[in-house]
Amino acid sequence: MNPQAIPEEGRPTVKATVSRPSRGPVIDFSPEASCFDIEGLSLAYGDSPALEALTLRVPRHCVTAFIGPSGCGKSTLLRALNRLHDLDETVSHAGRIRLEGQDIHAPEVAVDDLRRRVGMVFQTPNPFPMSIYDNVAFGLRLRGVLTRRRRDDIVEWALTAAALWHEVKDRLRESAWSLSGGQQQRLVIARTLAVEPEVLLLDEPASALDPISTLKIEDLIRSLKGQLTLILVTHNMQQAARVSDYTAFLQQGRLVEYAPTDTLFTNPRLARTENYITGRMA
Amino acid sequence: MSRLWARRRAAGEGAGAWLAAGSVALSLLLLGSLLTLLAVRGLGHFWPASVALVELDDGRQLAGWTVRELPLPESEGRERLYFTGNRDRDGDVWEWLPVARIAAQTYPPELVVLERRRWGTFIGRLVAVEPGPETPGWESETAAPGDTAWARLAARLAALERLREARETLERETIRPLVRRLEADPEDTAARRALAAASERVAHLRAAMDETTLVLESVDGRRFRQPLVEVLAATRPNALSPLGKLVAWGRGLWRFLSEGPRAANSAGGVWPAIFGTVLMVLLMSLLVTPFGVLAAFYLNEVAHQGRLTRLVRIAVRNLAGVPSIVYGVFGLGVFVYGIGGTLDDWFFEDRLPSPTFGTGGLLWASLTLALLTLPVVIVATEEGLARIPAHQREGALALGATRLEMLSRVVLPMAVPAMLTGVILAVARAAGEVAPLMLVGVAKLAPQIPVDGDFPFLHLDRKFMHLGYHVYDSAFHGDDVQAAMPLVFATALLLVLVILVLNLTAIFLRHHVRTRHAALSRQ
Repeated sequence: MNPQAIPEEGRPTVKATVSRPSRGPVIDFSPEASCFDIEGLSLAYGDSPALEALTLRVPRHCVTAFIGPSGCGKSTLLRALNRLHDLDETVSHAGRIRLEGQDIHAPEVAVDDLRRRVGMVFQTPNPFPMSIYDNVAFGLRLRGVLTRRRRDDIVEWALTAAALWHEVKDRLRESAWSLSGGQQQRLVIARTLAVEPEVLLLDEPASALDPISTLKIEDLIRSLKGQLTLILVTHNMQQAARVSDYTAFLQQGRLVEYAPTDTLFTNPRLARTENYITGRMA
Repeated sequence: MSRLWARRRAAGEGAGAWLAAGSVALSLLLLGSLLTLLAVRGLGHFWPASVALVELDDGRQLAGWTVRELPLPESEGRERLYFTGNRDRDGDVWEWLPVARIAAQTYPPELVVLERRRWGTFIGRLVAVEPGPETPGWESETAAPGDTAWARLAARLAALERLREARETLERETIRPLVRRLEADPEDTAARRALAAASERVAHLRAAMDETTLVLESVDGRRFRQPLVEVLAATRPNALSPLGKLVAWGRGLWRFLSEGPRAANSAGGVWPAIFGTVLMVLLMSLLVTPFGVLAAFYLNEVAHQGRLTRLVRIAVRNLAGVPSIVYGVFGLGVFVYGIGGTLDDWFFEDRLPSPTFGTGGLLWASLTLALLTLPVVIVATEEGLARIPAHQREGALALGATRLEMLSRVVLPMAVPAMLTGVILAVARAAGEVAPLMLVGVAKLAPQIPVDGDFPFLHLDRKFMHLGYHVYDSAFHGDDVQAAMPLVFATALLLVLVILVLNLTAIFLRHHVRTRHAALSRQ
């Protein structure tokens, strides 16, 4: 099966277009071309602010990377996009996040639906303590509509899309914990793909992996971007440069510079950005 | 200077390691000596001791085995304690003798030790076996001494055992169903006739068992007659080979494990107590696990983590420090008198004033112990829940799972080993607990185990026996504590073993759960 193809109809691939070129250090996309539209988002853990009046648009079907020093708020921003902060009672926020024009905090939005549309892969591979097959089928079973045959098909498709099928097709009933770290991370991606999300949030997905596994994950990210929007948080400048189309540089909870990746890495507008990407700033 | 300091630090570290190792060694030593004491004193009791024929300097003779030897309190020399049996003849089973007065001590092989239903042990000689007048093929052979009589006794004992079994089978398989039929329909004449016939057969068997009589002689020459039906076991310890002794030891041990107690718990076996202990602990585990796990889930997953939750948590932890007798009083007041009394008023009015659930019983004892062990299960489960990494939960939520789906499909399966750890700790705590049980349902003697063939098969209202209480009772409340002492040790050892087996079961279960993922590949 072709890993690029989604069974059923497949989604149309719309290349993002930069409608309005840079306004200061930040590029902007038209609301039609953007998947996420974040407007004046401030977020605080108790009394300590993590994000301050952050405004940016994430283009559809591209890879967008968030970079910045530790504690700059990039992971916080990522977790705000699928409302994982809801779990923490101390978190408060202001501003608006729209997904395809719809406010994700609107009362009519069910948070489990939102999270199904906005999948997430974490820093530590977190397969559940079940078999490889059951891991991939987990989200499908939650939806609870599928026949066994259809489920088998989707599991195979998702594992193929995550470039894992050939490694695990003979051991689907084995524990997911018997896989290597890199395989586990690809399994988690397959598990997320199986519920057919529109957006995939990747929170330093390769930081716990060896270089070869990292390359495989990066290939995977590149291969997926035709079908869905990917947002990548990474500490690794080369990784951001290799896989992303656009890069946002955050510092102390504020958006500093947001530009096409090539521009940001070769010709940053601000000295702060240059200092960071060249490693002259801690 | 710094070198000196380094050397001192190294010395301190060495001393620390020695101290730690020493405390471990000391605990192991204490534990080992306790178990050895229990094993030696308890298991040694079943070893057939050689019977000494003691001749005193004044010509008096007695037979028995040495129990211990101590220095005389006020003069030179030592004295020995003999177990001489024959309570029905001598009035006592113990005899202290100064060693200096013993003229001779021999071990004649013909000495017989009989275990009797009444009056305990007999030690002496077997003169003859007299079959009853109605038994065909047996002539009275009063004159035949020694081996022939012994062979007859062995044969008769085996026959007696068969008769006993036949009678029990008849009672269990014929009489009891007939009685039940008659209870349902008192007009059933066929059943009535069959019952009469069966009862007659039982009476006949009983008469046949009563017929044989033994002629016994104590070593000082007193003769008397002993109905064979009272005799439970007979040995000639001095004539046994080491292998024979081992067989007799095994048989004694088996009887201890498989039979009910006799002689006010100072002799006989502990089977009802083993059964009662295990059943109660299993029931307790079944009751405490769901409650404890739900409470832990609420505290850890659902409740707002504020001051109130912290307070509740501290309170739960401190409940573990409440003396167990207080739980017993609570159980008596709330479960037995409160709930049990109400149940009696509502459903068992016809049996009042004799209570059904309004008195201590298996259910109330299990509930009380479940309450007692609840903190242990809650704390262990909560710790297990806290150990589950946040990214597992978030992973489930990020796939669109609701909170309930996340808890039931990811968190609960991962918390099972911790829950089982809680159950293991609860079992260890509950199985050794005696004080609260005295108030809520344990019995000194309940030879009927709470499970039988009568509906509803498991009788939660019945009183039951318990190994721990059995130890207490036979050690402090018997007529002859000295005689019961070895059984106390054996029972205590057994209790430890029962707890060990229960724990090993739970540990095996936990191991199974933990390795299920490795085992998935074998499917």
